[in-house]
Amino acid sequence: MDKRIRVLIAKPGLDGHDRGAKVVARALRDAGMEVIYTGLRQTPEMIAEAALQEDVDVVGLSILSGAHMALVPRVMHLLKEYGLNDVAVFVGGIIPDEDVSALRELGVKGVYGPGTSLDDIVQAIRKEAAVPRTDYGNRHASIGRRPPGYRPID
Amino acid sequence: MEIVTQALAGDRRAIARLISLVEQGGDEARQALSHLYPHTGQAHIVGITGAPGTGKSTLVTEMAKVYRRQGLLVGIIGIDPTSPFSGGAILGDRIRMRELATDPHIFIRSMATRGSLGGLARATADAVHVLDAAGYPMILVETVGAGQSEVDIARTAHTTVVVQMPASGDEIQAIKAGILEIADIIVVNKADLPGADNAVTALQAMLDLNSTHTEWHHGQLRHVEGIVTGSAATPASWRPLVLKTCALRGEGIVELTAAIQAHWQYQCQSGLRQRREHERAADELRRILRHALLERLLHQISDQDLEGTVERIVAREQDPYSAAEALIAEARRAHFW
Repeated sequence: MDKRIRVLIAKPGLDGHDRGAKVVARALRDAGMEVIYTGLRQTPEMIAEAALQEDVDVVGLSILSGAHMALVPRVMHLLKEYGLNDVAVFVGGIIPDEDVSALRELGVKGVYGPGTSLDDIVQAIRKEAAVPRTDYGNRHASIGRRPPGYRPID
Repeated sequence: MEIVTQALAGDRRAIARLISLVEQGGDEARQALSHLYPHTGQAHIVGITGAPGTGKSTLVTEMAKVYRRQGLLVGIIGIDPTSPFSGGAILGDRIRMRELATDPHIFIRSMATRGSLGGLARATADAVHVLDAAGYPMILVETVGAGQSEVDIARTAHTTVVVQMPASGDEIQAIKAGILEIADIIVVNKADLPGADNAVTALQAMLDLNSTHTEWHHGQLRHVEGIVTGSAATPASWRPLVLKTCALRGEGIVELTAAIQAHWQYQCQSGLRQRREHERAADELRRILRHALLERLLHQISDQDLEGTVERIVAREQDPYSAAEALIAEARRAHFW
């Protein structure tokens, strides 16, 4: 048996600063995790699709543009539509203190700003990944069927 | 098994979970694979291999777009290396595939090698089985950036595409053993760079060594016997095609997919497909046996015994060959066989 923690690291939105995302990705690699790195300018749809296909335990979103209150709710909504409620979501980047509780209410498990120790992030992800996942399958995710009631951005 | 039923019906979440399961291994994975196996054998599996940075992911993306225009579902498996130190990995094949990212008819899965050295992950063949059974007729497997000897892909794929780029070595590189020998199709990508035509010429010259052909020589056509002939020659049936592409601009991709199709038809008509299928099954069986026997053997030997033996080898009290024989003999006494 060879179970590894799989993490999707994605940068939604339009800012081009991916150094933080790369540092975190590298730290998770060194902690023995498999990190699917998708690069810049991901739409919420791309992130949800990748989380579905890659069967990740955790999604890490890096946002420095200030658009987190627009982007994170859409990602959370899509993950639910895809039946991925059991995937833990973390947010990193520049997030004002007053938005942290709003993000947590949306179901975000942790919010990390500059100066966070990488070890704290690794420990938090290990803890979330240890929670057993829900059962297989969901009715929205069949081939050719898009989750209803959602308009793509772009 | 419910998850297998769902995956066979095309439920993508079940497919994703099933791939994780076969990667993980164990009894449940074996059970799932045995349920899946009768439904496999439908897909055309295409391997894409080549050195890091030759443009494999971009090429795969462009190929997938062509197949989508033909109305086919496409499965993609991209493999990247696992760190030998931490066991972790950065899987970056999706970065180049962003155009495919929201197409529900394309299933992309990134896999880490997890210690396997031949350019594939141990469970790549199993993941291919999952996508095959789930009804993906085209499966593209992109290997890790390969050097000269990562040739496992040829045993998993029906058609192997080796990607090269201009100015990546002289013609001696082209006659070395290894990765070029497994090519059914050789692609010179980044053909907009200088030296692309030279690369094609060098590759063609290499292929001419073992095949009889006709060439244009000082204004005359002449028939040329292969230089390496008789028993020394590779049984020349399919002469690998050499193509130029510029994946970034989408040039030469339709020609590449046509060549892949031609190779598939050739295989089906010549009986090569059956022969390869047989070799593939034999190879897979050997691999599974090796793995299962080793696991069972190690299960019989206590960690303490193993550690003690290692210490004796380090102290040069025993050599590793007799030590292995002794451990096997001991396990045999414990009714391992």
